Amino acid sequence: MSSVRLFFVGGLLSFRALFGWLSPWILIPTYVIAPIFQILLFVYIGRAAKTQSDEFYVIGNALQYAAIPCVFAMTNTIAGERYQNTLSAVLATPAKRIPLFVGRSLPVIVNGFFVAAFAFVVGGALVGISVPAEAVPGIALVILVTAFACTGLGLTTAAVGLLARDTATLSNIVFGILLVFTGANVALDDLPGWMSTLAQGLPLTHGIEAARRLADGASFASVGGLLAAEALVGLVWGMVGYTTIRALERQSRIHATLERA
Amino acid sequence: MTRAARLLGMGWLFHVKMLTRSSFNGVLGIVYPLFFATVAFFMYRAGNADALFYASLGASVMGVWAATSTAAGAALQRERWHGTLELLVAAPANFALVLLPVTIAMATIGLYSMASTLLWGRILFGIHVHVEHWLLFCLSVPATVVAIGMLGFLLAVSFVRYRTAWALGNLLEYPVWLICGFLVPLTLFPAWVRPISWALAPTWGMQAIRESAQGGTPIPDLLVCIGLGLLYTAIGVAVVDRFLRAARARAVLSLT
Repeated sequence: MSSVRLFFVGGLLSFRALFGWLSPWILIPTYVIAPIFQILLFVYIGRAAKTQSDEFYVIGNALQYAAIPCVFAMTNTIAGERYQNTLSAVLATPAKRIPLFVGRSLPVIVNGFFVAAFAFVVGGALVGISVPAEAVPGIALVILVTAFACTGLGLTTAAVGLLARDTATLSNIVFGILLVFTGANVALDDLPGWMSTLAQGLPLTHGIEAARRLADGASFASVGGLLAAEALVGLVWGMVGYTTIRALERQSRIHATLERA
Repeated sequence: MTRAARLLGMGWLFHVKMLTRSSFNGVLGIVYPLFFATVAFFMYRAGNADALFYASLGASVMGVWAATSTAAGAALQRERWHGTLELLVAAPANFALVLLPVTIAMATIGLYSMASTLLWGRILFGIHVHVEHWLLFCLSVPATVVAIGMLGFLLAVSFVRYRTAWALGNLLEYPVWLICGFLVPLTLFPAWVRPISWALAPTWGMQAIRESAQGGTPIPDLLVCIGLGLLYTAIGVAVVDRFLRAARARAVLSLT
């Protein structure tokens, strides 16, 4: 029971306490307006470059923007605690680590879902794309799974936060890698082979492809494989992150290096 | 006059040195715009390869604005964190002379990004940067950097009362990239967007850089760019005096 409480209540409190994102002065510019401008930027570059349709960029960038709330927030689960001088207290508690860390990911996934969904709806309306109504529930599920996958990657970058102080730089670099590699703006066929191969192991790649196919009228069953692949990628990154956090936590206790970074 | 010029020069040099040693402003300032430049290069190569040179110049200037927007927005808040804002405001030197070199230094750091983007495009995408008028090009680049720094100064003083000014500065990164014609010709935008673009110095700086590279007539664009930069500075000086007087009168400078 205490694990369930830690998972839900602890996760929510951590989310609210650490990030201060309830302030509209941060929330609105970062999660509401910026994704719309990212969509507009690439839609217009796409029009100038005469490559893909507007729909291609709206879906790609709306989903890709889930990386901002998911990766940055999960990374802050470590960096934020250190900033508040509470990291050693958190890691000294006897609380089970899975509900402790995974619980923190739940509000992050929900937030990432809403940010990406909002960007998709508003960005799509602004540039005038039309998506079949029957595709909407499927796309919503794809966005949710994509947010989960990005959060899994975020857990890995959070682990790096035990080694490095400047996690903001790291999160921005991860965001940039996802922007380039995942097919958000450049079709995987137009990327060099090694990049499109690497993209298969990154969050967003399969989710973006699934959402595009659904928007083009494909059935939900036909994108089941892509959705499963996206979930698997997220799960693997999450497990890598969790395992790394545990290993680095042990190392930091042994060598007294928790506050070193 | 000499003292003011010395204060501007030393302030600029001091902050360029500081920013160069920051991984967030230094490393990320170079790497982050490269991601966007890479995407743009791939997009143009896939659809309109003839415009790659156009995209290369535009992407390089994006880095200058990226280095300025968020950092300038947060410039005063950073002084608050360091506990130096009150000292700077209380100093006998005009506060505008203290803040202006800070934001110009931020834009100057963007030159690293500009150079690395051009190099990145040359090495990985084979984009040759052929400059017709080197002298005018070498005038256009620093003029654009200084004008962007002056725009950053206006942002910094406009956000003096906001604790989360970095988020507002960050918000302006994409819009300026979009409507200043860095990667998209202004003719593609709706007519109502163009006057906004014309009011922004980076638009004219970008045009001056392109014109000088392509053998056009960059001087009118250059003059408008510098003129707008000076206008931003004049507005910024007026605004900062007003804000500081109000902040002193209400004792709210530290926003505690």
